[in-house]
Amino acid sequence: MSDLALAAFAAETNRHLVRKPRGDPVFRAFARTFDEAAYLGRLRENGVTWLPRTDPEFPPLLDAIHDPPPGLFLRGSAGSEALRRPTVAVVGARACSPYGAQVARLLGKELGAAGIVVVSGLARGVDGEAHRGALEAAGTTVAVLGCGIDRDYPAAHAELGARVRASGLVVSEYAPGVEPAPWRFPARNRVIAGLAAVTVVVEARERSGALITADLALEEGREVFAVPGEITSALSLGTNELLRLGAAPLLSSADVLELFGLTAQQPEAVDLTSTADAVLARLRDGPTSADELVRSTGLDAGVLASALTELELAGRAVAAGGVYRAN
Amino acid sequence: MLARTVTHALVGLDARRVEVEAHLGSGIPGFAIVGLADRACQEAKHRVRSGIASAELEWPVRRRITVNLAPAELRKEGSGFDLPIALSILAASGQIPRERLDDHAAVGELGLDGSLRPVGGVIALAEAARRAGLPRILCAERSCAEAALAEIEPVPVRHLSEAAAYLRGERDPEPWVEPNGHRDEKPALDLADLRGQERARRALEIAAAGGHNLLLAGPPGTGKTMLARRLPGILPPLSTAEALEVTRIHSVAGMLAADRPLVTDRPLRSPHYNASVAALVGGGPGPKPGEVSLAHRGVLVLDEFAEFQRPALEALRQPLEDGFVSIARVGGRAVFPARFQLVAAMNLCPCGARGDPAADCKCSPQRLSAFRDKLSRALLDRFDLVVAMPRPRASELAAPPGEGSDPVCHRVAAARERLDAVRAEWTKEATELLDRAVERLPLSGRGRARARRVAETVAALACEPAVGAEHLGEALAYRSPTELGPA
Repeated sequence: MSDLALAAFAAETNRHLVRKPRGDPVFRAFARTFDEAAYLGRLRENGVTWLPRTDPEFPPLLDAIHDPPPGLFLRGSAGSEALRRPTVAVVGARACSPYGAQVARLLGKELGAAGIVVVSGLARGVDGEAHRGALEAAGTTVAVLGCGIDRDYPAAHAELGARVRASGLVVSEYAPGVEPAPWRFPARNRVIAGLAAVTVVVEARERSGALITADLALEEGREVFAVPGEITSALSLGTNELLRLGAAPLLSSADVLELFGLTAQQPEAVDLTSTADAVLARLRDGPTSADELVRSTGLDAGVLASALTELELAGRAVAAGGVYRAN
Repeated sequence: MLARTVTHALVGLDARRVEVEAHLGSGIPGFAIVGLADRACQEAKHRVRSGIASAELEWPVRRRITVNLAPAELRKEGSGFDLPIALSILAASGQIPRERLDDHAAVGELGLDGSLRPVGGVIALAEAARRAGLPRILCAERSCAEAALAEIEPVPVRHLSEAAAYLRGERDPEPWVEPNGHRDEKPALDLADLRGQERARRALEIAAAGGHNLLLAGPPGTGKTMLARRLPGILPPLSTAEALEVTRIHSVAGMLAADRPLVTDRPLRSPHYNASVAALVGGGPGPKPGEVSLAHRGVLVLDEFAEFQRPALEALRQPLEDGFVSIARVGGRAVFPARFQLVAAMNLCPCGARGDPAADCKCSPQRLSAFRDKLSRALLDRFDLVVAMPRPRASELAAPPGEGSDPVCHRVAAARERLDAVRAEWTKEATELLDRAVERLPLSGRGRARARRVAETVAALACEPAVGAEHLGEALAYRSPTELGPA
């Protein structure tokens, strides 16, 4: 009776199982008739591979948690060795603020560029931005699903999922056919926390799924970082609370890279025009709308727009809802 | 006992010749109108009968009256056939000379008291009459100025008895009021009313200069609507030919003012978001122009853009692309010009709090994506300029008022001349920047083409012969933000 039979049985009975249910006659009957070779063949046809926990290739970090999954379904062009490389989880709120989106994207990008594998949950908001950032830097990124490996969830991220698969991996402990359900997501979060040596929480409300990931990471003795946020923002309550409890504040990606003995790559030096430099100096004081910049710099609206585009192209500023932030 | 009057029937913006024949015969007395007349046309029976009686003319009793509207295959609509029907009956019964009707067209609705009321589309009908070689048109007094725009001599008719007397040669036509005898002052909507919003003002100027469509996105109360309504004020005035085009459409829609029949100001239309597809692009059994055609040569403002029904929004795509609307009906095809400039305003999310630092957006991710899905990529592609307007701070609202509309209008006119005269060259720096932008930003092929167009307008506004990197840089700042999906 293999682990694959267990995963298939869990999918069939819509349960979450990490070890064989002893003395369960239904499972015994299922296992007797289970045709492992045929099942593997079907998986292969759909581009899915099965990595059982007993396999020496199985990521040791995930193996070390107290309730590791019986195995992982993998889908994507990267091999299972990607899961054994230095890995950082970047998680956070789905309904994040422009600040959270910016930080997640930046972290994904800088970690990805430094060769770290960025793990997240393919959800909207922070998760998606972290994946996008890593893809932007041509880094490897891994998405952990809380549903069957064959599902695109959320549907809005079907295209992002395809991009992740093209260069990285989508993984799930759930066999094809498992529907997404709210109770499966905390279990998914333990896989994210388990795969990663370090977990970074970018933005989280007071009772957020990202905090579950952080708690699980702490239980397993992994390093947890939290990105400090404004004390007035509900989206920062969870992360700021983590900081109070002793999580390390993340002030730049260098804080994480240091743990792996890596240094952050210097952003490519781009010569900025003096106008763009002056605008950037203003932006460093805080997020500002274009109109406020017109007044504070005294520049013409057209000239300012041109300078802002220059900063955006150089990766030194990002815009959201008409408000610009230094990057 | 047969008489004939010439009139015209509207088919879209064009008019087709219709001959109204009246025959008085023997047989059981009665009154029939034949020739594919619609309901309003059939009701002419009652109006004509009462009108003739009220004008103290004689209704041919004890005769069988048949009125034929030829050609019979053309569907006739509306009340404009009342006057020609009455005149044909009067001529057939020998009360007015038949041959006098040969050099007059006639149009108008009769009241029960015999008075004549104006109908829509007179300029198109009068123009068709002139082309048909008819020197004069009998119409309501209030329609005369409009008919005169078609360069035909209008004969004002206030009452059916007046028309009869005139055709008998008993009286001369009365003088009528010249069109556009007085001009209104400029509309009071001036850019000086706006405080702050420098970026959006600049975008409005670029939109005016290049004829670009503009999308303003931001939380409520940031001046999106105020700004949109000030676009006609900075556009150059209509040329005479354009004014006539616009007048014709408005005439067919029955929307001309009696004292100012010639539309000289660029139209501004702002339909409510519950507008149907037919209301926007035109329609109806005898097709009538929709808002896009009423905004021809002017500005169509769609406030709360994301609240419009999806089919209505999708229906906008074709006129935006082609500059006209073609409506096919059993009886033929009507083509309405629709070369308008679109200014749309919308919130950044369903609750409207996005982009407002003082408010917390409560929209669920699902609601937000449903909101964005409503605006198809294909539709957003029609906007060359997209400006996110965040809520201004209190200090900005206390800023002195900005530049007025007049200087902006002059710059726009100069830029338009420049754009018409020369094709802009591209500097090497600008071309390189464009390549870099395509690489670094999410910028599609269409997004690239849009940026190119806008950059050329920016260069024209700056009176530069070539498009430089700074012009393209500015153009790229008005690309579609990621909040509305990738560009």
